[in-house]
Amino acid sequence: MSFKSTACAATALTLATAFSASADSHSPTITIATVNNGDMIRMQGYTDEFTEASGIAVEWVTLEENVLRQRVTTDITTNGGQFDIMTIGMYETPIWGKNGWLVPLDGLSDSYDVDDLLPAMSGGLSFDGTLFAAPFYGESSMIMYRTDLMEEAGMEMPDEPTWDFIRDAAAAMTDRDNDINGICLRGKAGWGEGGALITAMSNSFGARWFDEDWNAQFDTEAWANTLTFFKDLMDASGPAGYSTNGFNENLSLFQQGKCGMWIDATVAASFVTNPADSTVADSVGFALAPDAGLGKRANWLWAWALAIPAGTQQKDAAMKFIEWATSKDYIELVAENEGWANVPPGARTSLYENPEYQKVPFAQKTLDSILTADPQNPTVDPVPYVGVQFAAIPEFAGIASEVSQEFSAAYAGQQTVEEALAKAQDITTEAMEAAGY
Amino acid sequence: MARAVTPRRKALFTMIAWAIGLVIFFPILWTILTSFKTEAQAISDPPVFLFFDWTLENYSVVQERSNYMRFLWNSVIIAGGSTLLGVMIAVPAAWSMAFVPSTRTKDILLWMLSTKMLPAVGVLYPIYLIFIELGLLDTRTGLVIVLMLINLPIIVWMLYTYFKEIPGEILEAARMDGATLKEEILYVLTPMAIPGIASTVLLNFILAWNEAFWTLNLTAAKAAPLTAFIASYSSPEGLFYAKLSAASTMAIAPILILGWFSQKQLVRGLTFGAVK
Repeated sequence: MSFKSTACAATALTLATAFSASADSHSPTITIATVNNGDMIRMQGYTDEFTEASGIAVEWVTLEENVLRQRVTTDITTNGGQFDIMTIGMYETPIWGKNGWLVPLDGLSDSYDVDDLLPAMSGGLSFDGTLFAAPFYGESSMIMYRTDLMEEAGMEMPDEPTWDFIRDAAAAMTDRDNDINGICLRGKAGWGEGGALITAMSNSFGARWFDEDWNAQFDTEAWANTLTFFKDLMDASGPAGYSTNGFNENLSLFQQGKCGMWIDATVAASFVTNPADSTVADSVGFALAPDAGLGKRANWLWAWALAIPAGTQQKDAAMKFIEWATSKDYIELVAENEGWANVPPGARTSLYENPEYQKVPFAQKTLDSILTADPQNPTVDPVPYVGVQFAAIPEFAGIASEVSQEFSAAYAGQQTVEEALAKAQDITTEAMEAAGY
Repeated sequence: MARAVTPRRKALFTMIAWAIGLVIFFPILWTILTSFKTEAQAISDPPVFLFFDWTLENYSVVQERSNYMRFLWNSVIIAGGSTLLGVMIAVPAAWSMAFVPSTRTKDILLWMLSTKMLPAVGVLYPIYLIFIELGLLDTRTGLVIVLMLINLPIIVWMLYTYFKEIPGEILEAARMDGATLKEEILYVLTPMAIPGIASTVLLNFILAWNEAFWTLNLTAAKAAPLTAFIASYSSPEGLFYAKLSAASTMAIAPILILGWFSQKQLVRGLTFGAVK
């Protein structure tokens, strides 16, 4: 065969395959965009049961959280219609619901029992009283601590500790010779990483992002106290390089026995108590996130939820899937096959009333943490926004990413706390003015 | 006159070259090793290098969870299609620039290259909207076109450089013998530039294979290639490094094997005309 014929044949074959349409299917198929975490992956494993019962096929698009956020945002803002269900969080839901980009979930069946959803979850996933996303699982944040190290330090963790106690306990538990850090906290830049922790922490210190007229508040004493306390605490008792530690880095440290305490997502409780992965699984205790005596705790509230974009052509099929995936029956299905510790937590009241689930060591503290977070009134002083570790406005993600970079630079010693706060004030003021607030 | 190289000097340079090579290859080696560890071993501190309980469990989990062959086939079609289409357009373009240049040829070449300087995200929305209008979202066709356009400046530049090394007199002689333009390009120019074309094809195939912005943003379930396959195992909330490493190893294996077998052609093409 000549060179020309070979080249033409190869090109034709490749392009023909590229241009070929995918096989048609008679049964409805829905495409779901989701994140890669244990609960979501587990749900994918049970998809066949849903397809068998409903006749609806499911295609999964699983992406890393930040990639997913960019991907689904592009699609929904352009009405691209690539997904029939999107996994989104408490930050996006009220904004997208307000913009009319999501299908209201007001047609859920009686058997779904929408009133069973935890009020904190359904409230955070609604706009103007209408539910726009169904919580698949919810989380708050709490203290996970080493009971053996706490005992060695001669201290006892109260159910509702203060930041002063945490500082003292962290100092007492720190053992640099044995590579044990009294406390591990997120310092990594990113609004969903270190930004989430410091914002939730600032709530407990009486700080807030904006006053009621949307003026930035980083020039207040409350923010100076928050950041100074965090940096002093971590410099004295935190791991080296904490300014680059996020959830995964701290999880790794805790599982290897290198953290006395860790304040982070309640969903981590199942990881650190799993003997297959954690070397300290049998000596972990739980407590509510600390406060500073001002009436607000440093715990956040988040949910990964399933929503239907307004541009879908498969609204009914998508609704059926959401009803199945976030139902009581699904929870029981997982419990039956994989045990109660592995069911998606934090979404339904009935789960926490279940005697079997109450036996799970972290169940009650998870519920208590979720119940103490109030996205409608997250701060000591009133604010014009909704959200505990974020402000549910479109500009927040961009601003908070920049601000958290400044904070991380301060943790790393590249600038002072005062300089970081001054820059945060400028960044936020400028962005809010540009956005017309 | 060539400079004499003593055996000791040669050994030293060889060792330095191996050391640099190992440093460059180490992340890939570490990824491959991690893919055979348990999740607990993957994060252990101090890290374990070779002495651990090797397991294939991660590959089994990845195989069970994802349709690897579908991602692989999409990668082959998208990378292959975009490269072939790009070469078909670039060969005549580079021919005209190399052998019948105008006063603006240099400007055009620079302009083509300047399109690579724009951050891809800057044109995400326009391209996304065009794809919606044309029904190209989540299709291999759409990605073949986009990746071809993205890599076209590099293909044209590379081919232009190779073609410039070919004496124009040979083409003139072919013309005097009655060859048409098509015959001149197909039967005279192309065979002489095969090493250059081969290395261009290989390099652009690798670039298209690894492209992870457009392939993630313009696909969903049907046309997603191996870059999306890897992205599905990355998680900021959960330690799945061993599984991520297994997925990464499976994604890079085909291109590593291709690169290994074609390294001679690749080096030959990349150094084509370097020594005069």
